Amino acid sequence: MSKNPNTGTPLVEMCDISIAFGGIKAVDRVSIDLYAGEVVGLLGHNGAGKSTLIKCLSGAYQMDAGEIFINGTKAEIRSPRDARAHNIETIYQTLALADNLDAASNLFLGREIVTAGGMLDDAQMEAETRKIMGRLNPNFRKFNVPVSALSGGQRQSVAIARAVYFNARILIMDEPTAALGPHETQMVAELIQELKKQGLGIFLIEHDIHAVMDLCDRAVVMKNGQKVGTVNVGEVTDDDILGMIIMGKKPAQAY
Amino acid sequence: MSIETQSPANATPQGNVLTRFLKATEIDTRLLGMIGALVLIWVGFHLYGALVNGNGAFLTPRNLWNLTVQTASIGIMACGMVLVIVTRHIDLSVGSVLGFCGMIMGVTQVWILPNLLGLGHPLIWVITVIVGLVLGTAIGAFHGWLVAYRGIPAFIVTLGGLLVWRGAAFVVARGETISPVDSTFALMGGGPYGSMGAVGSWALGLLACVGILWMIGAGRKSRERFGFPQRPVWAEGFLALAGCGLVIGTVLLVNAYPWPKGIVNQYAAANGIEVPEGGLFISHGIAYPVVILLMVGIAMTVLMTRTRFGRYVFAIGGNPEAAELAGINTRWVTVKIFALMGLLTGLSAAVASARLNSATNSLGQLDELYVIAAAVIGGTSLAGGVGTIYGAIIGALVMQSLKTGMVLIGFDAAMQDIVVGVVLVLAVYVDKLYRSRTK
Repeated sequence: MSKNPNTGTPLVEMCDISIAFGGIKAVDRVSIDLYAGEVVGLLGHNGAGKSTLIKCLSGAYQMDAGEIFINGTKAEIRSPRDARAHNIETIYQTLALADNLDAASNLFLGREIVTAGGMLDDAQMEAETRKIMGRLNPNFRKFNVPVSALSGGQRQSVAIARAVYFNARILIMDEPTAALGPHETQMVAELIQELKKQGLGIFLIEHDIHAVMDLCDRAVVMKNGQKVGTVNVGEVTDDDILGMIIMGKKPAQAY
Repeated sequence: MSIETQSPANATPQGNVLTRFLKATEIDTRLLGMIGALVLIWVGFHLYGALVNGNGAFLTPRNLWNLTVQTASIGIMACGMVLVIVTRHIDLSVGSVLGFCGMIMGVTQVWILPNLLGLGHPLIWVITVIVGLVLGTAIGAFHGWLVAYRGIPAFIVTLGGLLVWRGAAFVVARGETISPVDSTFALMGGGPYGSMGAVGSWALGLLACVGILWMIGAGRKSRERFGFPQRPVWAEGFLALAGCGLVIGTVLLVNAYPWPKGIVNQYAAANGIEVPEGGLFISHGIAYPVVILLMVGIAMTVLMTRTRFGRYVFAIGGNPEAAELAGINTRWVTVKIFALMGLLTGLSAAVASARLNSATNSLGQLDELYVIAAAVIGGTSLAGGVGTIYGAIIGALVMQSLKTGMVLIGFDAAMQDIVVGVVLVLAVYVDKLYRSRTK
């Protein structure tokens, strides 16, 4: 049995989190942690409780029991606004974009740049959007059309830009490559590596076992709302992880 | 931000002169379509009157001036309805709330305040209007609270409101008609005295022209600051010319409609003016209710396109879940939207009862349908997320033009209803075709 290679205060610590919907325990006393500069994969079947657990951190759901610590300090996260105040950014599986608004409006939604008179500074927001998109997706040109007119990859890059722009320290990515082609998937992988180097902590919810093996430092597997175990990805094979996901079988290296 | 479904960027670059023109000026094609429909209606009614009845009465200063005044009440409410419909709600209660607010304002200024302050006190109209606005806002906020925090669908809440407030208006005065209203209050309804006159209209018109030029200049400067592509100078020039031309044309039109002889003589006698041989030509100018509508339109446009609140309204309409996840308090925004709808309904009640010079129990009946129709004809999508204030005002003008036009050419009430109903359905169908083609 091995142990967590990280030492010191974790960036995020979620302790004994439980949440139930109408008597069904979606998440049952699960504890996970995340350190700066690492990627932790969250795996499990559909309905295993990964997304629900992570939504407690992003403020979309409110947990019934448990505690969240950010940098060792207890954090009260009751809404998406609270999560953002703790520099937690989320890229949702559904992307959570307002289809009728353009890229800049979506990027700054809820955090608009305003002029001294309190009016929206659309020109400034568009300029900032052009800047960050130039870095993330240099081919992006459609700044003045609603995002409903964009391709899946372009929409994804808007959602990613929104999470990255505001100096996130904790990034949650819920299946970020599910709707993407191979080229765009590669771009997201490179971005994750770069953000990791910058010292962000990243939770990655992912079904693709190869992506997990490539990108993650550690992986947490959940089944039926409970945690099966955590492994250091370098110490196990993909079959070990598959065994955890499918049978709930804990390999010797797990802790 | 592009709220319009059609953006010039979508147009084929190699297109003909018209598409190049639209691309350069960045004019919304939907706006052009609505103006085209409006011109068609106006010319159509005029020609029909001229050819069939031998008297084209539509395109006259008198009729067009009346048209603007009649549009005011519906137009003011349509501006608020845009926000309600954009967020995928509906408000069926505006007609009844208008009736109730009108009745309370009538009671306030005719039964209560004269006893407290004395008849004709200059503060009566001010207090009355404030009472109406506060009452409308409170009713709207209550509806919004039921929708947002109690989860009752807006359709049901406001359907209940439709019955409740109409009934409440009756209960307040046992169905009596309350009249006449305060003489200053009555000016909000238009009429010879309730208009700005020639000089005032020119002043307002020039102010509007300066505003248009300033907006074009500020737009250029802002694009320059960030190095965004500029509109060609000829396109800017065209927009400035078209905008100012429209303003000046409107002022010329309303100034061409003189006071009736009786009023002129009365006014001359009261002010000791000698009326010359051929009569005295005193222009109406822009009517106060129209000024109110324009101010509401400008304020609401700024609110919708330049403030966070407006951005959140569109975001909620486009994707309520995403808005919530972006940290927007969608419930509170919903309450504010309905409260704003109530405020505008209260204002509209002041205009409508002032115009009638009385508060009657039937004030505002069926207005909810005309208001919703105006917003929808103006391009507000019932699916949510899309709509403009100027569209709603033009929509109100279209509805009122149809009603007025049919009266002028002698259609009876039943025929009017049939035509208005058909036009509404047709307008939404055309809109749907337009959207699916530009997608």
